[in-house]
Amino acid sequence: MSKSSQRNAYGEELLAICRENNDVVVLDADLCGGTQAIQVEKGKPESFYEMGIGEQNMISVAAGLALAGKIPVANSFAVFVGGRSFEQIRQSVCLPELNVKVVGASCGLSDFADGATHQAFEDVAIMRVLPHMTIFSPADAREARKAIRTAVGRRGPCYIRINRNELPDVTAPDTPLEIGKPSLMADGGDVAICASGHMVALSLAARDILAGQGVRARVLNFATIKPLDPAAVRAALGPCPRILTVEEHSVIGGLGAAVLEALADHPLPLRRHGIRDTYGESAEKYERILAKHGLTAERIAEEALAK
Amino acid sequence: MDKATAEKLRQKAKRIRTGIIEALGLGKPGHLGGSMSAADMVAVLYYYKMNVDPKNPKKPDRDRFIMSKGHSVLGQYAALADLGYYPWEELSRTKTLGGLLQGHPEISTPGIEANTGSLGQGLSLGVGMCLAARRDGAAWRVFVVTGDAELGEGQIWEAATAAANYKLDNLRVLVDANGISAMGRVADRYNVGDADGIAAKFAAFGWNAKVVDGHDVEEIGDALDAADRVKGKPSAIVGRTVKGKGVSFAENTHAYHNKDMSEETRAKALAEING
Ligand SMILES: Cc1ncc(C[n+]2csc(CCOP(=O)(O)OP(=O)(O)O)c2C)c(N)n1
Repeated sequence: MSKSSQRNAYGEELLAICRENNDVVVLDADLCGGTQAIQVEKGKPESFYEMGIGEQNMISVAAGLALAGKIPVANSFAVFVGGRSFEQIRQSVCLPELNVKVVGASCGLSDFADGATHQAFEDVAIMRVLPHMTIFSPADAREARKAIRTAVGRRGPCYIRINRNELPDVTAPDTPLEIGKPSLMADGGDVAICASGHMVALSLAARDILAGQGVRARVLNFATIKPLDPAAVRAALGPCPRILTVEEHSVIGGLGAAVLEALADHPLPLRRHGIRDTYGESAEKYERILAKHGLTAERIAEEALAK
Repeated sequence: MDKATAEKLRQKAKRIRTGIIEALGLGKPGHLGGSMSAADMVAVLYYYKMNVDPKNPKKPDRDRFIMSKGHSVLGQYAALADLGYYPWEELSRTKTLGGLLQGHPEISTPGIEANTGSLGQGLSLGVGMCLAARRDGAAWRVFVVTGDAELGEGQIWEAATAAANYKLDNLRVLVDANGISAMGRVADRYNVGDADGIAAKFAAFGWNAKVVDGHDVEEIGDALDAADRVKGKPSAIVGRTVKGKGVSFAENTHAYHNKDMSEETRAKALAEING
C-alpha cells in the first residue's frame, strides 16, 4: 500500500485554506517544521505568526484573534499544545466556545526518537473532557486534509491529532468524514474493530490476518472522537457481537473510553487495546516502539479474538 | 583560574563534543546544535565548579545540575560517561529502545537530577531544590542551563520572580544564548533579546546578571566564582555562544538543531573537534 506524510498533507491543505480565506491565520510555537505550519509561513507569510516557545501565550493570543473575528489555527506538538496550554484551552477557548483550531502534531508514539517527554498519549483524554470541543483523529494524509477543512468550516473549538510519519493511504477521496459518525472501512460480522489515526491501517492489516483464520472483522474508522453519536456508533457495528477498540493513545480516556461510554446503555463485550497507563521512551524506529506497546497487526488480530 | 586548569577544561570540552557525536550516532535524528553550544559551560560546571562524586552520585551535599533545555543533554551524557557515572560505550546506545540514555534526561540515569525536555520548566525545578537546600541548612548549589529561545516560556519568568523573591543565592542559571531556535534566528523569528538584552531582563527581575563569552572557559569559570560571592540574589550568567560550535557546517544555523549524521558528516565533525 502506498504511504504519504500526514503532516505534509496537513500543511499543504492549511496553506490552500489560507489562500482561500484571509481570515484564517496560523500560529506556531517554534516547531513549524515539525507541525508543517511552515508551509503557510513560506506560502502566505502574512497569514503566519511565529509565537516562539510559549504555547500558553499562543493559545490565549489565538483566542484574542477569534474574539476579533479571525479563525486561528494554533500548532505545536500534541504533548505541549494540549498539555502545557490545557487551562488556556479550557478558559480562553472552550468555555466561551471560540472559533479556535488547535493542532497537535507528533501525536502518540510518532516522535519515537525523542522519548517520553515528546510522546503524547493523553491529549485525546484531556481534550475530550472539555465541553464544546470537537476532536479529529485522521487516519491518513488524505483524511488529514479533510479534517482541517472540516474543522475550519465548523464554528467552535476543534482539536486535530497529526502523526509525524508516513502512513499507509487507507481512505479514498469519497470516504466520508462526518462529525460524530465512524466510517466503514471494511465489512465483517464477527468482530468490530474500532480504530482511529494510524491504527486504522494496522487494523485493516489485522483483518487480513483474521480472514486467514476464518474470522470476518469489520473495521470502523473514527475520524472524529468527540462528539460521538451513540446511535451512529451502534448502527456502524452491524451484527458484530463483540468489539475491539485500537488507539495510539492511553486506553484511559481515549477512543476506547469514548466508544464504551457511547454504548453504555446497550453494552456489548468490548476490549480496549492501546497504551496501558504508562509513558513512552526513546527508540530507533517507529515500528519498534509501536511493537513494544503491541500496536501491530498481529497483536491486534490476537486481541480481536481474546476472551 | 590558572592556565593549567583552563587547558584541562578545553580538553574536556573536546571530549564532551566527541561524546556528543558518539551519542548522535548514524541515521537517527539528534540535537547537535544546542548540545555543542553548551559544551564549554557543561565542561566548566562538571570539571571545575561543581561538587559531584561519580562514585557516590547521590551524595547529599552534591551540587545539582539541571539541563532545562533537555534536548541538549547529549553533552551532559558525555560528561557523565567521561566522569564514570556509566561506561562511555553507553553513548552509542542513546535513543535506542531499552537504552539507558533517553532522548531527553530522566532521573533514572545516574547523574541526572531532573526530568526535562518540555522547555521552560527547569528553572522552577531549580527554585524548588534551592528552597529545600535552604530548609536543610545545606550549602549545595543548583546550576540550571537554559536556551535563549526557551526564555519565550512564561514559566521561566515566573521562576525568575520566585527566585528573586526568595533571595535564592544558591541558584545559578546559565543561558546558552546562541541566537538560534529550532526554526531559525531568534532575532528574526521571535525576539527574546540578545545576550545583553537577556542579562538586562534578569537584572530587572532582581538577579545578579553577567554576560560572558560562552566558549571561553576562563570567563565562564570566573563568572561562576563571582556568583559565589553574591549574597541575597540568584545569579544569571548569559553565555554568548555559537549554535553547533566546533562543527563548522553546523555552526550558526538551525539546520543541525535536530538532524541525523551520515558517515561523512560524522567523520568531518570528529576531525574538526579533535583537530
Ligand atoms: C514546551 C516545549 N515546546 C517546544 C519544544 C520543542 N523544542 C525543542 S528544542 C526547541 C528550540 C530550543 O531553542 P533554544 O532554547 O534556543 O535552545 P538551543 O538553541 O540551545 O538548542 C524547541 C522549540 C519543547 N521541547 N518544549
